[in-house]
Amino acid sequence: MEAYLDNSATTRCYEEVKDIVVKTMMDDYGNPSAMHQKGVESERYVKEAAGQIAATLKVQEKEIYFTSGGTESNNWALIGTALANRRQGNHIIISSIEHPAVSAPAEFLESQGFEVTRLGVNAQGQISPEELKEAIRPETILVSIMFVNNEIGAVEPIAEIGELIKQVNPKTYFHVDAIQAYGKFRILPKKMHIDMLSASGHKIHGPKGTGFLYISEKMKIVPIIYGGGQQKGMRSGTDNVPGIAGLGLASKMVYDHLEENDKHMRGLRTYFVRELAKMDQVVVHGPQGEEAAPQIVSAAFVGVRSEVLLHTLEERGIYVSAGSACSTHKRSGSPTLTAIGLPKNQMEATVRFSFCETTTREELDYTLQVLNEVIPMLRRYARH
Amino acid sequence: MFKAFLVKYAEIGIKGKNRYLFEDALIRQMEYVLKPVEGTFHVTKEQGRIYVLTEGDFDYEEALEALKRVFGIAYICPVVIKEDQGYEQLEKDVVAYVDHVYPDKNKSFKMHVRRAKKTYPGTSMELNADLGGAILDAFPEMKVDVHNPQLLITVEIREKIYIYSESIPGPGGMPIGTNGKAMLLLSGGIDSPVAGYMIAKRGVKIDAVYFHAPPYTSERAKQKVVDLAKLVARYSGPINLYVVNFTDIQLYIYDQCPHDELTIIMRRYMMKIAERIGKEQGCLGLITGESIGQVASQTVQSLAATNEVCTMPVFRPVIGFDKQEIVDISLKINTYETSIQPYEDCCTIFVAKHPVTKPNIQMIKKSEKKLEEKIDEMMDQAVNTAERIYIEA
Repeated sequence: MEAYLDNSATTRCYEEVKDIVVKTMMDDYGNPSAMHQKGVESERYVKEAAGQIAATLKVQEKEIYFTSGGTESNNWALIGTALANRRQGNHIIISSIEHPAVSAPAEFLESQGFEVTRLGVNAQGQISPEELKEAIRPETILVSIMFVNNEIGAVEPIAEIGELIKQVNPKTYFHVDAIQAYGKFRILPKKMHIDMLSASGHKIHGPKGTGFLYISEKMKIVPIIYGGGQQKGMRSGTDNVPGIAGLGLASKMVYDHLEENDKHMRGLRTYFVRELAKMDQVVVHGPQGEEAAPQIVSAAFVGVRSEVLLHTLEERGIYVSAGSACSTHKRSGSPTLTAIGLPKNQMEATVRFSFCETTTREELDYTLQVLNEVIPMLRRYARH
Repeated sequence: MFKAFLVKYAEIGIKGKNRYLFEDALIRQMEYVLKPVEGTFHVTKEQGRIYVLTEGDFDYEEALEALKRVFGIAYICPVVIKEDQGYEQLEKDVVAYVDHVYPDKNKSFKMHVRRAKKTYPGTSMELNADLGGAILDAFPEMKVDVHNPQLLITVEIREKIYIYSESIPGPGGMPIGTNGKAMLLLSGGIDSPVAGYMIAKRGVKIDAVYFHAPPYTSERAKQKVVDLAKLVARYSGPINLYVVNFTDIQLYIYDQCPHDELTIIMRRYMMKIAERIGKEQGCLGLITGESIGQVASQTVQSLAATNEVCTMPVFRPVIGFDKQEIVDISLKINTYETSIQPYEDCCTIFVAKHPVTKPNIQMIKKSEKKLEEKIDEMMDQAVNTAERIYIEA
C-alpha cells in the first residue's frame, strides 16, 4: 500500500487541470500579448483564471496578479511594498514563524536599512494580538503574517489582526502568506482587511511554478520584475498560460468543494491525532480542533530521529516530511519548532503528516499500523 | 592556431624494458579522457614522444583540461604545425608564432632546433642562430639568453614543422593500470575521495566500496557517494562501486557490544568486507582516507585496531595530512562541494558520546566474541547482496 501524506509539500495535479495545461500547450499555445487570433484565444484563459480566483476571494479580477509561485508572491509583497513606501516609513513587522519566503526577503530589507520586528508566538504557534498592537508604530509600513503555519498547522487570527492593524495605523498595509491556507479556508480579504495575499498553485492540485498575489487596488506597490510590461506593467514576463489556466481551474475546483473537503480532512485529522495520542511518548504539536488547519498533523516520536523515521516509512510506501533538517555536521532546528519552544528531544523527532481531500481512512490506518510496528524497533537503536 | 599537443612524461622514462607498457597505458588513458571532447584526436607514439594530433576543429581548452587529468603526464606542450615550404617561410612562421603567443615581447629566449629530417639544409646550430636572428630582427625588445631563458622556443623539423614553447604542467604520477588495483573505502566525506585520487595518481586502478545503512542513511547519501565516485573517475578512469547494505550488521553490533566500542568494531567489519570484495575483484590493497588523530576512530591505537583485521596492505595516503591540506586537494580535484553536502553517513549514526579513543585489541576481540553466532552469515549476506554500480566520469 502507498500513503502519500506530504500534501503540504506538494499535491498531485487534478486530472482536469492536467487536461487544460496540455490543451494550452498543444492547441491554444499563442502568446496572450500577440495581436492575432491565437493571442486572443490564449488571453481568454488568463482572464478566465483571474476571474475564477477573484471569485474565490470575492475580490476584483484586476486585483489578481500571476507569479511563478508562493515564493515570488511573498518576495514581491515585501520588497515591492517596502520600496514603494520607504518615504512613509521603514518599519516592517513579521512573525517569528514565517516561511523563509517571507523571513528571507525581510532579512534582505533589513540589510537595506529597513527595521524588522519579529513577533514571538505562544506554545501553539500563535502570535499575540496585544503584542502586535504594541509593535505597530506610525512608521510601520507593513505587517506580514502567515495564515496557516506550514510546519505545525497553527492558524493565526487573521481577521482579528487585520482589524487591529487598521485601528492602530490605517496606513499600515497587511500582507498574508496564505500558501497553506488558500483552498482550505474561506478567505475574504475585503472583510479581513488584507491588502495582499500570496497563494501557490501546486499546494491545491495545480501545476508547480504557478501562484498569484492578490493586491488590493488601494495598495501602493512597485514591481520587482521589469521587462515587457505584461500584467499592467506590474509583473513582466510572458504569461505562463498553461500554468495560469491550471491554477485558475484548480482554485475553482478546490473552492467548489471547500466545505466537504474541510469536513473530510478534519475528520481524518481528529481520528489520526486521537490514535497517535494512544502511542507511547508521542507529542502532537500546535493547536487542536477548530483552531488547527485541517490538513496538517505535526508530531514528535520521542527517541526516534525524524530522518530515520521518514526513511523507514518510505520503505513501506508512506511519504511524510521531517520536522527539522539535520545533518552530520550541523543540527539546525526549524524556526517554527524553535519558536514554539520545543525541547531538543522533540525537535529532532518531529515528523509532519499532511492530508488532502483524497486521503483515506485506510491510508491512515495503514500508517498507524506501521508506526506502531516500527517505533519500538527504532527506539531500541538510538544514538547514545 | 594550435593543432597538436606534445606530451612529456617523467617517471615512465626510467622504467627500462617495461617502458612500452607504461607508454601504452598512458596512451589508453589519454584516448579515454579525450573521447568526450569535441574534435577528432589521434594519440601517437613516435621516437619516444607522445603526440596528440587533431583533425579539423576542436575545443582547445577542453582538450587541455582533459589531458591535465591524465596521470603520468609531466608537461603538455601546445604545438603549431606548419608544412615545410622552405627556410624563408619557416622564418616567417616562427616570427608569427612568437608574435601571436607573446603579446609582451620584453622576454629573453633561447632557440632549440631539432633537425629530425636529416635532409633539411643546414645544421641545427646554424638554424638556431638564423631563426634567433630573425626573431631579434622582428622584435628588438627580445633578448637571447642561452643559460636562463624565459622562453625556450623549440622548432622540430620532421615531415612537417612543429613549433612550441609553452609547457603546461600535467598532474604527474603514473599511468592508470600500471600498478595493479586497490579497493577504496569511500564514505561521503572529504578525505576518502582525496585518498582515492592520490593512490590512482600512482597508476593504481581503483574500485570502491560504500556502506549503506537504510533507513538510517538516505538514498541521497548514496547518490552523493555515486557523485563523488564520478568525480574521482575523471582522473582514475571507470570505477566499480560496491554498495554494501550494512544495517543488519550495525544493529547486531549495537545489540551485542559495548556502545563505546561500536565505531571501532564496525570499522573492523567494514575493513573485512572491503577486503573480501577486493580479493574477489583482484585488488591488491585497500585505500582509506584516514588521518592520524582526526576523530576517535583514527587515533594511532584505533588505526592499529582496525588494521589488525586486514591481510592486504592498507594504503592511507593522507595519514600525515592536516584537515586543511586534505581540503586543499579536494578543492583542486573538485570533490569538496559534493563532500560537504549534509547527509549522514553510516559511521556517525550510532556514534557514542564518548567512544573509546585508545581501544585495547584484546578487549575488542572479547566484545566481538559476542557476535560469533550470526556474524559470519551476516557478512556473507552483505558481500553477496552488494550492489555493483559501474561508474564512468
